Amino acid sequence: MLEPIGGRRAPFLLLSTIALAALAIWPADSAAQERSSVKIGYAVSKTGVNAGGAGITTIPNYQLWIDNVKKAGGLEMPDGSRLPIELIEYDDRSSAEEVVRAVERLAAQDEVDFILPPWGTGFNLAVAPLFDRYGYPQLAVSAVTDKAPDFVERWPRSFWFLGGGADYTDALANLLVNAREAGTIGDKVAMVSVADGFGIDLVTAARESFAEADIEVVYDKTYPVGTTDFSPMVNEASGTEADSFVAFSYPPDTFALTQQAQVSGYNPKVFYLGVGVGFPAYGEENPAAEGVMSLGGIDPTNEANRDYRRRHHELTGQGPDYWGSVITYASLEMLQEAIKRVGLDREAVSRELSTGTFQTVLGETKLENNQLRNLWWAGQWQNGVFVGIAPPDRPGAATPRLPKTPWKN
Amino acid sequence: MLTTAIIAGLVLGGTYALVAMGLTLQYGIARIMNLAYGETMIAAAFAAFVLKNALGLNPMAGLLLVVPAGFAFGYAIYGVMMRPLVARAGDRSALEIDSILATFGLLFVIQGVLLVLFGSNYMSYSYLNIPVSILGANIAANRLLALGLALTIGLTLYGLLRYTRWGTAIRAVAVAPQSAVLVGIDVNRAARFAFALGGALAAAGGVVISMYQTFTATSGVTFTMKALIVVIMGGVGNLLGALSAGLILGMVETFVATYLEPGLTLAATYAIFLALLLWRPQGLFGKATR
Repeated sequence: MLEPIGGRRAPFLLLSTIALAALAIWPADSAAQERSSVKIGYAVSKTGVNAGGAGITTIPNYQLWIDNVKKAGGLEMPDGSRLPIELIEYDDRSSAEEVVRAVERLAAQDEVDFILPPWGTGFNLAVAPLFDRYGYPQLAVSAVTDKAPDFVERWPRSFWFLGGGADYTDALANLLVNAREAGTIGDKVAMVSVADGFGIDLVTAARESFAEADIEVVYDKTYPVGTTDFSPMVNEASGTEADSFVAFSYPPDTFALTQQAQVSGYNPKVFYLGVGVGFPAYGEENPAAEGVMSLGGIDPTNEANRDYRRRHHELTGQGPDYWGSVITYASLEMLQEAIKRVGLDREAVSRELSTGTFQTVLGETKLENNQLRNLWWAGQWQNGVFVGIAPPDRPGAATPRLPKTPWKN
Repeated sequence: MLTTAIIAGLVLGGTYALVAMGLTLQYGIARIMNLAYGETMIAAAFAAFVLKNALGLNPMAGLLLVVPAGFAFGYAIYGVMMRPLVARAGDRSALEIDSILATFGLLFVIQGVLLVLFGSNYMSYSYLNIPVSILGANIAANRLLALGLALTIGLTLYGLLRYTRWGTAIRAVAVAPQSAVLVGIDVNRAARFAFALGGALAAAGGVVISMYQTFTATSGVTFTMKALIVVIMGGVGNLLGALSAGLILGMVETFVATYLEPGLTLAATYAIFLALLLWRPQGLFGKATR
């Protein structure tokens, strides 16, 4: 009875002794070495339902930035030396559990120097406590939330780059009010929204913004994720007296709604849709997109941004979207510059991100209370470019062209 | 308003029916529960996309290439992957479990290949997105095409299965695979042919869907789910069942979205599905369980 147990245990003991010995040697060895690289890790949805969004706004920009750093000879340190990036990448398979596990692994096991954030509001919120616990700065770009000020208080190293729902809907309400005062449109709006995170947040904010602006919502319906047939909603909306059609939609819905509006010959004076309008595929070579409005936008006269778009296209073979992409890239430039100024100490980098002023592809960039507030809240396709139209007083803002030109069939 | 809803519902249902008929052939006759069915469709959708963008081939002509390719793919998959499972399975339920596991793996293989080739981006192109007016309702020509294809394929195949010697043999395999051997039917060949035919239908569905729906490399599973509901509603292996269940589902969704609340379409779909499972578990056109 005793013998087999001892027999099995002996090799185990031997192995664990070797392991312990190896462990004992390892730290001494690595501490003696000079640091030879900067470990950067991220977990992002390469597969699953979020892959479409991450694949356009997040992943190509991570690739472009890493490629850029590599071409420059590495990340510059305060002493002027350069260290190459060692990249660790995980696929969260669009699962919130998986993204939490992967970030935990990056922090505890891979012991990376910096972690880049995942894609999506929910996922950024899911990993925020972890970033905070392990002391990593979190540059949450693809996250739209009105609660950013609260989050900054709770997690002082979190940074929020894309504003909140109310920012966008207030800007939209303001646009509609201006057009109403100019006599272009009436005060009725038809509105649909997807019954999921983005749609719920935005439509809740929009109801409030519209009520404050005395805009009457005559049709207000939600639809489930994955809806493919929008003919009932478009037909109902076109049966109302609304001059404006607003949809807080996800990319497949955005494309489907546009096609359905074209087929039904539905030509509201304002046609505003959600995520997807800012994709290059939506409007760059599609004259039918002329006049369609959405969230985001760019200033086409910004030289740095133009150069960024060209490099993005060269490296990834596709253009960046007109909303989150350039912000993602700018956030990485800020991280790079902060490291150059203060080194790899995460606490110091967080402080620098919070208080410093940076030159990025957006121009001069500075965070207010850990949030980027200098954003385009609304944009419109004009001659094949999705230009920013709100806030109207921001330099580079284009004038909205209303009413939207009817669909060309 | 009412006619618009009816026509829009029929057209939506046409899409569902088109998607489901291939699965019902594979499940009903070859007894393979093909979880990679949606991925086959997406692969075909990508093929149509590439043919259109790279070669400028219009998707209708693309159908002529992609559908035979879908048939060949199904034929090959059955020979390589399914044949060994069929050979070793003791009974129907064993084969069902094995095939579910095997095609679950196949799902990820196809999805992985598509991800490597095309990335995870949303794909879409526009084809035949022109309004056709029927009784005052404006319908997209591409969706009308889906309905037309579903009706043509469904009724033609039904006719073939019902009235030809070949069809009788296939139906014999579906009803009693053990006994079919006794009257000299090559069960394996019939099953392989049915599976390949299912692959061809999946490819046709994928091409048509790609004309009007935005898709990504990972959106196959939603099609498999919808097709599965239609197949079970219509009765497993029953083409006319799949056709009518698809049309009913489309009508219900459109009516709920028009007259009740667009948010309730999914709930309505599953409510009907549940009700049917409770009162007629064998499906609308299915025979009582053997």
